[in-house]
Amino acid sequence: MLWNTILLALRELKRNVMRSVLTILGIVIGVGAVITMVTIGGGATAQVKEQIASMGSNLLMVTPGKRLGPGQSSGTVLFKVSDGEAILREVSSIAVVAPVSSKSIQAVFGNENWSTTVTGSDNEYLKVSNRSIRTGRKFSDSELRAGAAVCIVGETVRKKLFGGQESLGGNIRLEKLSCQVIGILEAKGQNTMGMDQDDIVIIPLRTYQRRISGNQDVALFQVSVQQGASTDKAQQNIRLLMRERRHLSASDDDNFNVMDMKEIANMLTGTTQLLTALLSAVAAVSLLVGGIGIMNIMLVSVTERTREIGIRLAIGAFEREVLMQFLVEAVVLSSFGGLIGIVLSLTASVWLAGMLRVPFVFNASIVVVAFLFSAAVGVIFGYFPALKAARLDPIEALRYE
Amino acid sequence: MIAFNHTDNRPLIELQGVTKVYGTGQAAMHALRGIDLRIDEGEFVAVMGPSGSGKSTCMNILGCLDTPTEGAYKFKGIEVGKLTRDQRTRLRRFYLGFVFQGFNLLSRTSALENVELPLIYRGVPTGMRRARALKTLETVGLKGWESHTSGELSGGQQQRVAIARAMVTEPAVLFADEPTGNLDTARSREIMDLLTGLNHDQGITVVMVTHEMDMAAYAKRTVRFLDGLVALDEQKGRTT
Repeated sequence: MLWNTILLALRELKRNVMRSVLTILGIVIGVGAVITMVTIGGGATAQVKEQIASMGSNLLMVTPGKRLGPGQSSGTVLFKVSDGEAILREVSSIAVVAPVSSKSIQAVFGNENWSTTVTGSDNEYLKVSNRSIRTGRKFSDSELRAGAAVCIVGETVRKKLFGGQESLGGNIRLEKLSCQVIGILEAKGQNTMGMDQDDIVIIPLRTYQRRISGNQDVALFQVSVQQGASTDKAQQNIRLLMRERRHLSASDDDNFNVMDMKEIANMLTGTTQLLTALLSAVAAVSLLVGGIGIMNIMLVSVTERTREIGIRLAIGAFEREVLMQFLVEAVVLSSFGGLIGIVLSLTASVWLAGMLRVPFVFNASIVVVAFLFSAAVGVIFGYFPALKAARLDPIEALRYE
Repeated sequence: MIAFNHTDNRPLIELQGVTKVYGTGQAAMHALRGIDLRIDEGEFVAVMGPSGSGKSTCMNILGCLDTPTEGAYKFKGIEVGKLTRDQRTRLRRFYLGFVFQGFNLLSRTSALENVELPLIYRGVPTGMRRARALKTLETVGLKGWESHTSGELSGGQQQRVAIARAMVTEPAVLFADEPTGNLDTARSREIMDLLTGLNHDQGITVVMVTHEMDMAAYAKRTVRFLDGLVALDEQKGRTT
């Protein structure tokens, strides 16, 4: 009986191909938009997660200044190299401490110049940021101690300055400092915040202090905690150590910050997911509009077919059978729209993922949910017209012109 | 399911003091003012009367599409007025056949599908349904026209499809509302011959509304309505 009803509904919809297509357009767009949003959002989230993984585990960042809110600080007392040494020495379960100071500088080679970030640090920086040298070498101890004019460059900088030329051994100029390229970093791509991690020049910290900043300060420390050790505990211990070194009394607030990078990354993932949810919700509204479109057409259909309904009721159709017929018609319509929407959205997602450079992550559950939702839209918005049809008085309906 | 006793000798259809009032108070319209009517199995009754005489209202009540305001309508001894809408639907589904004025076939639907329709609601399996519909279409002389839609059939053919649809279930009673109303004399004769044959050969009780004397002449009995009352009830050969 149900199969018959479905066949009947399909036959009825085939009679009005144009109208059926226009009716389901709303559902197609609704389902399509929701799935596309969720798929692209899922891809973005996956990308963020992958970058978190590549960032190296158990990473803490120690920055000077009181934390006032996101990205704000005041009352800055800068660090010295000795602070980093103290952290490594006094706090247990610390693997690596890398001092980092950086500045945006115009790098020049021959006729080429490129604005990049120059970071003064040491070999530990490579460990902490999970990077490796592709060609060339790291800094030697003597270079680090003496503050030699040598640098390791990222892929972007190499490409911009040297193009096809041999870069190792070349001399690039950073403000008044002319330094020799001794290594090229393995390319890493964009980070979570969308910054190019290959747009970087690394020089020894001492070189940076003497020739670029002209002081003994260190902007921040990147600290990695030993594998398996508690990041929270290390974070707490660093905080206590720094308070002691800075002679802060119990009533004073911290004038520095120890951040767990994972927290920041997780927050970013959360933001991406929230944004996805928000966009999907907006897209879902169009599903609702599509549902109203279906209700509209079904009401027209009921009026048009009043006589047919009258015949069916008089011949011996139960109210519930007429109800079922129109309900099935609405559900077939909306599910069909859902199916088309799924196909279109997956095509669009693959294309968009390529455009936005996010991985295409097929999410089977959202496809199933979207399909069920489109069917549910048919039930909900088809019910009222179907009920109207079923409640018709057969005598009146037969007389209807 | 309503239990029917087929063996007893009660009349098939019995109206006792049936009235039908539309509206209330001053605006009340008395369509039927107390009808007593009895129709036995195997009869062929022509119902006549000017428009507004109450014959259509009476037919709706007889066809279990409507219920009386007062009085009792008994079908095979069952009081229809006391049944629910679904129970009346069940009565129509299993015992009644309808030929409507103006054919009332499903549009853009083939003759075969139209005839199959009441069998679908009876739950007859597909194979048997098709076979019975084809056979009935052949009986009404439409062999070869099965796949034509109603728009592709002439008026006479459409009415024959409608009759096929009504008789395919082998109903106890067939109600025909002006079955020849839109047809020329020759087509009307064919239709009347069909109905007479149904009544005579298959023993199906036929109740037919008509305006035309010569169509009523096919019936064994004529009931004439006037102002909501039965004005005349004559059997062929004798008058009561």
